[in-house]
Amino acid sequence: MSKNIKNKESLLKRLTGNQLFIPIIAIILLAVINLINDPGFFKITPVINNAGNTVLSGYLITILDYGSELGILAIGMTLVTAASGGQDISVGATIAIAGSAMLRVLCGGQARPTELQAPIIVAFLVACVVGMLCGAFNGMLVSVFKIQPMIATLILFTAGRSIAAWINNNELPIVPDPKFAYFGGFIPGCPIPTTVFIVIACIIVIALVLKFTNLGLYTQAVGINESSSRLNGINPTFIKFLAFVILGLCVAVAALIKVSRLSTINYSVIAKDIEMDAILAVALGGNALSGGKFNMWASILGAYVIQFLTTTLYKFNVQSDALAAYKAVVVILLVVFSAPTVREKMNQLTKKVKPAKKEVA
Amino acid sequence: MKRKLLSIVMASAMTLSLVACNSGAADTAKEAASETVEEATEAVSETVEEATEAVEEATEEVTEEATASGDLIKVGIINNDPNESGYRTANDADLKATFTEENGYDASFAYSLKNDEQIAAAQTFIQDEVDYLLLSAADTAGWDSVLQDAQDAGIKVILFDRTIDADESLYEASIVSDMAKEGQTAVDWLAGQNLDTVNVIHLQGVMGSAAQQGRSGALDEKVAAEDNWNIVVQQTAEWNAEKAQQIVQSVIDSGKEFNVIYAENDDMAKGAVAALDAAGISHGVGKDVIVMGFDCNKWALEELLNQNWNYDGQCNPFQSSYIDEIIKTLESGGSISEKTIIMDEKGFDAETITQEDVDKYGI
Repeated sequence: MSKNIKNKESLLKRLTGNQLFIPIIAIILLAVINLINDPGFFKITPVINNAGNTVLSGYLITILDYGSELGILAIGMTLVTAASGGQDISVGATIAIAGSAMLRVLCGGQARPTELQAPIIVAFLVACVVGMLCGAFNGMLVSVFKIQPMIATLILFTAGRSIAAWINNNELPIVPDPKFAYFGGFIPGCPIPTTVFIVIACIIVIALVLKFTNLGLYTQAVGINESSSRLNGINPTFIKFLAFVILGLCVAVAALIKVSRLSTINYSVIAKDIEMDAILAVALGGNALSGGKFNMWASILGAYVIQFLTTTLYKFNVQSDALAAYKAVVVILLVVFSAPTVREKMNQLTKKVKPAKKEVA
Repeated sequence: MKRKLLSIVMASAMTLSLVACNSGAADTAKEAASETVEEATEAVSETVEEATEAVEEATEEVTEEATASGDLIKVGIINNDPNESGYRTANDADLKATFTEENGYDASFAYSLKNDEQIAAAQTFIQDEVDYLLLSAADTAGWDSVLQDAQDAGIKVILFDRTIDADESLYEASIVSDMAKEGQTAVDWLAGQNLDTVNVIHLQGVMGSAAQQGRSGALDEKVAAEDNWNIVVQQTAEWNAEKAQQIVQSVIDSGKEFNVIYAENDDMAKGAVAALDAAGISHGVGKDVIVMGFDCNKWALEELLNQNWNYDGQCNPFQSSYIDEIIKTLESGGSISEKTIIMDEKGFDAETITQEDVDKYGI
């Protein structure tokens, strides 16, 4: 976000050229629509939940809360997209696998344990390992065997939910400890959803990694030109592999939130279609889906735009099975606006007419 | 080269997924076997383990192993994959517990969620000359010719759980749930609560499914007929708890008044309740919001027992006793008067449910 402050030359051009432009415009657009329709949309009120804690409630909180999983996945998906020039479509299924492994450890294979069989942190670490293994599996196929990412991840996409069911013998365990629900709900005494803190923690970690390591630079280099990056001493195989492993870790964190929300799991529907939303988030962030340069923050913002859109549509009482159609409209707009010919035309327009903002929006 | 490698990987992944599915089934089968310790079921669990081979081969094996038994009634059971849902798991376990040698049956099982595989399994059973073919079809269409073959071979067909688009003369009986009646029972129960106004959040299943249509129909009718019944929001959550949670959260955020959650399955009711809990809205017996679910999962009935929910409608997976009765009648020379047999299905009220009900009807 600090990027757009640095350069002041030709503000308008910088603004429209910035990757954050599209998601921010989308958010503003959605916000304005909601403001006109019902100013109460932005109201945040404290309520006392059934556990007896004072918590904040309102549409904005809902967006922040439910957008969390997507925001976290967008981090990993951006790296995978940038490095491999393809997308991982197995994240929903691997969430099921990681979540199932977590419940297996927590409940010890019983469907209805009376107490936790292992500490939550152990279960979470196991889930992280499982998530990273799935990521490593995908990463190996893509980087070592040079399989198209979408085809490689199709394997886990197809098999993942069955594997998840198999891990728990097709039982649907229910976690008995209310503490486990904190991760997808509220910690007593804190009015802000825990998921928000989890996302912030993830963002801080990835920001530090991007700042103090060469991961970002190397990933972009591999994505832009694999052979020239190899000639410059970067190992493209490893970078691609690493991107998938990092996504695996993101999946594990998302799985923790998902499973914690209801303290149980349903293999066939948990995180259903979330992979498409994660890819859409990356696209909304203005990142080229063919790899190369990326802007992490734009992707994360893109994730919240999607949740904003979903929440808005729910508010307008749009049938939930029609949501996909609206998202499709967004995708069409995105594709059209990011097409090189349209961009060129638009640039010419911006040059001719000064207040060209409207056309862009 | 690349392509070859890819196909090898894909093929191995598919085998892997098959093994993954079926070892789950094998475990369920093992559990059942430990209860009954029957040759037949053991043979089944064996076959399930080897089920990466074709379905036909597997079923042949079972029946070959089992032909040794003399005057037992030979039944071939074609069902959907028990991993499909809690309902199916309970359904399969129930069938396995009933069709045992002790009860005079020699049963072979075949599982698939695909219609063509099911038809292939049916043909195998016909070749093996089973006495009865029990069928829960994956799809309604395409069964005419194979059932005609069965009839020509003198095999009696009994449908359970799902009906098919075939002439009634091709089967002896069809034992099904009446989803519309399930919905009606639930709506009648709700009407019996004598609320001044009924403001419903209606969470629907996957649109067009039999369960959704039946369970929605009764409520829609009632809302249209009564002035004090309103639908606040009617949305499909596609049997999905997460979606239900978001939909209910959205209604809460909008500040609309509601006092009933009518969820067409237990999962969605659970998601709705999670949203209520987060917003501090009380629910259950004598509280602000009435929570209604369907399917009678064990955990859901426990919620009823703890008075957190108010009502749960049953979708009866226990058809085997009905089938057993029909076979006994046919064997003793009797005839079946009604082709379509609708099972008794209960609706549980949190105020009257007992631990016994939970143990007996929970799936």
